[in-house]
Amino acid sequence: MELEFLSRLQFAITVGFHFIFPPITIGLALMLVIIEWIGWKKNDNEYIKLGKFFAKILAVTFAVGVASGLVMVLQFGTNWARYSVFVGDIFGAPLAAEAVFAFFLESTFLGLYLFGRNKVSKGVHWFSILMVTIGSMISAFWILVANSWQQTPAGFAIQNITTGEIIKDIIPGKGYDPTQYRAVLTDFWAAVFNPTTLNRFIHVILASFITGSLVLAGSCAYIILKIKRNYKNNDTEIPDDDKQTINIAEKGLKKGLILGLIFSLLQLFPSGHEHSRDVFKYQQSKFAATQGLYHSTNGARLLLFGLLTGDSIPQIKAEISIPGLLSFLVSGDFNARIKGMEEIPAENRPPMWLPFVSYHNMVILGMLFIAINAWGVLQIFRKKLLSGKKYLRILFLFIPLPVIASEFGWIAAEVGRQPWTVYNILRTKDSFSNIVPIEQVWLTLILFSVIYLVMLFVYIFIFMRELKHAPVILKEKI
Amino acid sequence: MDLNIIWFILITVLLSVYAILDGFDFGVGILHIGAKTEEEKRILMNSIGPVWDGNEVWLLAGGGSIFAAFPFVYGTVFSAFYLAIYLLLLALFFRAISFEFRGKVESAKWKKFWDFSFEFGSFLPPILLGVAFGNILRGLPLNENRIFVGSFIELLNPYSILIGILTFVIFLMQASIYLTHKTEGKLQEKYERLAVNFWVAFIILYVIATVATLFVSKFLFIGITKSVIFWFLFILFLFSIIMIPVNLKTKNNKRAFLFSSMTIFTLIGISAVSLFPKFVPSLIDLNYSWDIYNASSTPKTLTTMLIIALIGMPFVIFYTIFIYRVFKGKTVLTKDSY
Repeated sequence: MELEFLSRLQFAITVGFHFIFPPITIGLALMLVIIEWIGWKKNDNEYIKLGKFFAKILAVTFAVGVASGLVMVLQFGTNWARYSVFVGDIFGAPLAAEAVFAFFLESTFLGLYLFGRNKVSKGVHWFSILMVTIGSMISAFWILVANSWQQTPAGFAIQNITTGEIIKDIIPGKGYDPTQYRAVLTDFWAAVFNPTTLNRFIHVILASFITGSLVLAGSCAYIILKIKRNYKNNDTEIPDDDKQTINIAEKGLKKGLILGLIFSLLQLFPSGHEHSRDVFKYQQSKFAATQGLYHSTNGARLLLFGLLTGDSIPQIKAEISIPGLLSFLVSGDFNARIKGMEEIPAENRPPMWLPFVSYHNMVILGMLFIAINAWGVLQIFRKKLLSGKKYLRILFLFIPLPVIASEFGWIAAEVGRQPWTVYNILRTKDSFSNIVPIEQVWLTLILFSVIYLVMLFVYIFIFMRELKHAPVILKEKI
Repeated sequence: MDLNIIWFILITVLLSVYAILDGFDFGVGILHIGAKTEEEKRILMNSIGPVWDGNEVWLLAGGGSIFAAFPFVYGTVFSAFYLAIYLLLLALFFRAISFEFRGKVESAKWKKFWDFSFEFGSFLPPILLGVAFGNILRGLPLNENRIFVGSFIELLNPYSILIGILTFVIFLMQASIYLTHKTEGKLQEKYERLAVNFWVAFIILYVIATVATLFVSKFLFIGITKSVIFWFLFILFLFSIIMIPVNLKTKNNKRAFLFSSMTIFTLIGISAVSLFPKFVPSLIDLNYSWDIYNASSTPKTLTTMLIIALIGMPFVIFYTIFIYRVFKGKTVLTKDSY
């Protein structure tokens, strides 16, 4: 039990740390595709400067993402050996595809993008950031194929390892022993496009785009504030070169806000909506956990606020909800019956509190992203965007929130999948490496947790340092 | 030739290319320890700046392919090498971020720390990878269920450590030759001298390692003299070794680098031919070994992966060569450098 818990904790910490960076990389890369495109096509030096500046932040983010991603890949073998053997035949193709189509593409072209600005033509240079963006999105696609397959497995059969015999009827919810059985691929495309792949992919990509646009907008807001502070908010005193920098940052800010509004609206509808319906349809135990539904209910309410208490039979306190709306959203009928956790066999139930809290905080943050971007876009139309300092400050403080929202979503998805690693097929307790001495797991767990924590601070430190230097960097001649 | 053999060959090729490419990356990092001036340090770091990340992907591709094509090997070996793998990850982690972080703050202490982490991150992996490879050649303690029953300390046996040192020296040779091509003037002369020294050290260690292998893993030599592929690789190996100093002497450094890469390629190829069809031999009883048939995925998965590789790899090779051409020639420090 303890080894299982430590292995899970270590995996969660590794992925949790890693997952901070890819959404920033993907989103920021997309912003750079747009910025560099305008810079190239209009031969606009302001956009080229903006591109050069955010390229540096992209580079640092990418490096930490790659470094922590490697830990993640090898961890399947080190800490989840039985799982690796069980799913190897399925995961093989997506992982190979990720390496071949994505990893090489993004890292090779990132080198060209960062170092090749004066070595290749402007078109090739723009093409290189486009390839980085596409590469990182392909990477996200294939890893989400693997993840979705764990949630809603399809296109496979269960094989007895010793006899080679294929089991005729798979019994969901039973749990197969990975020393005797393994999953084998029967239909590649069915496994790739399993029931939840596409919606999950869109949801994560939109989350990344929201992250990228808020990093862009928040950073530009900070740059404007920083310059204005130097002149005690007396705009008439600002010299021309600094005015020009504000101008550059304002362009980035506007692009970020408009794109951010579009992405965060799409994230709510249709993406979030469809993704929730998937969970309702295919993973009832997770759905019950995220919605805090213990008792099966006709006409279930949509919870706006609530505190989940109690262990064996959870209850919601301080509830604010809209009656029947949850039933309507997932099925189109206000009176539809929704299965509660009580109907799931006790040994197959996920914990409720963590998925519930994570899911609802994710939704709240999602709403806030719509609000903050909508307000900004409104201010653009009223031509009052730069007049208030308060809004710019809040925008700056919003930079980390999309990342936190992604983490919440991930926690809800993965803890809600418990007690399975492959939903209804392979149990977590049968998945971890049981030959590794527990002291060694303790050692690596503590060591890497400390390193991640320190590196997170170093990353934030460097990010802030770059931002503080931005007014000077953006002033330099190209 | 069946799918299992094809994937055994492909994984050998992937790991060889990884050793060739990240080999010079690691070597440059180790040589960084001996760099005298800030300028030399930066030239060394920037000589691999645009390419190190792409080079490391070959490890992911190799590791991922083992996971996919031979999951039983992946599960057995990676959990058996638990601590070693985490040490490797620790080293690679610090090495990867040192590139980006080093130049971000103008402070001697800051730079010193990231210099150290770059050097540490380059120093450790060749030894660890070599020791791991040595343990595969020697065989792992696998019981009748092909489960690892050894311990971390047993992995640090003299033979594997010898292979670890051999790997370390090969990478130093590879990196020195790479740098003769990337630097000019006094620096170039320095690395030309070093390249010859490491070449001599490599030959000596190689002979010792071969004799040691004869004693430790006799099974690797059974029937090998009858294999045409073995003789082909072996002759190519000898030819490449000889051509390294010949080309260094005539200042044909680029060609010397190609022959050094060929040396690594053929050396790993020879080991793979000797292991074949075993993948992870068992020390306890050779019948308990994982081989390319009892450890593999199903033909369906192997076929699917092969199709993916055949579609994707030509692109990878094409743009990798393109990038190396863009950044060919001597490393020059600019404002955009690390």
